[in-house]
Amino acid sequence: MGLEAKLNSDGFLVTQLDAVVAWARKNSVYPMPMGISCCAIEMMASADPKYDIARFGSEVMRFTPRQCDLMIVAGTVTYKMSHVVRKIYEQMPDPKWVIAMGACTSTGGMYRSYSVVQGIDQFLPVDVYVAGCPPRPDNLLNALIQIQNKIGRTRARDFQNLKLPELNVIQNN
Amino acid sequence: MELKELISQKLKTNFPEADLDFSEYRNEFNVKFNKKFVNPICKLLKEDSELEFLLCEDMTAVDWAKIKNRFTVVYHIFSIKHSFRLVLKADVDVSDCAIDTVSSVWKTSNWQERECYDMYGIKFNNHPDLRRIYMPEEFEHHPLRKDFPLLGIPGSLPLPKK
Repeated sequence: MGLEAKLNSDGFLVTQLDAVVAWARKNSVYPMPMGISCCAIEMMASADPKYDIARFGSEVMRFTPRQCDLMIVAGTVTYKMSHVVRKIYEQMPDPKWVIAMGACTSTGGMYRSYSVVQGIDQFLPVDVYVAGCPPRPDNLLNALIQIQNKIGRTRARDFQNLKLPELNVIQNN
Repeated sequence: MELKELISQKLKTNFPEADLDFSEYRNEFNVKFNKKFVNPICKLLKEDSELEFLLCEDMTAVDWAKIKNRFTVVYHIFSIKHSFRLVLKADVDVSDCAIDTVSSVWKTSNWQERECYDMYGIKFNNHPDLRRIYMPEEFEHHPLRKDFPLLGIPGSLPLPKK
């Protein structure tokens, strides 16, 4: 990190809290692996020792949305599945980001069909689109780096006074 | 006696009024009949000890996009005893878009008929549980019909709010 080199003279340094928080946040992005079809295989490959997503601090794929701040939507999203994807996205705590991985997720891809959503940006705010069918793992890592750059530019006030989504309360009596 | 002759003879003697029509295409033996007789014919083919068509491999429909006899329901059944595959066909008209179920004969055809109902809108009389199997239950159209557009009907499938 080169932090020790800066600390050796006086033992302290001056910075902004925003910068420290953003630095910590961007180097510990917990992905939510929303692996719906074949792109998920490449997403798994990006976590293996060869490509090693741990180099970017994102090896902690959490299978619960409560602990995640990056959703990697990897695969063909059908209209039936779109409600599930949206529900899981809403369960993630703010701040949160979305990667649309692959052609199907970004545009519907080769499934130009009545059952497939032609691009998940119709119901999710997407930050980075990844091209490819499926994209190579290094392509996904590139998207992660872009997300990290985006997170590094954020400040605490960006997330203040965020509107909470309306809760759709279903009561089963 | 050859198996094809045996099948045609048995069907002809048991169902003389079923408008039976036998043909052969690419080594597959086809039997076409009136849709009213679908249940007894299937029952005979399965339960006759000389035939034993125990396996209903596939069941689907064809939309010919014509006014009379628009659909043809197709059953592919297989006899493990003879290692022989048989194709059964019955025409269904739009005015009376229904055919009797064979789920009492082969239990697998329960879900196959549900899929056929979902995709073509053909109703199966006396089916124990005729619901859509792929599309959402509130969906109103039948996607594999020829008059259904490839990209679907806008607004017919709801998306979550952004």
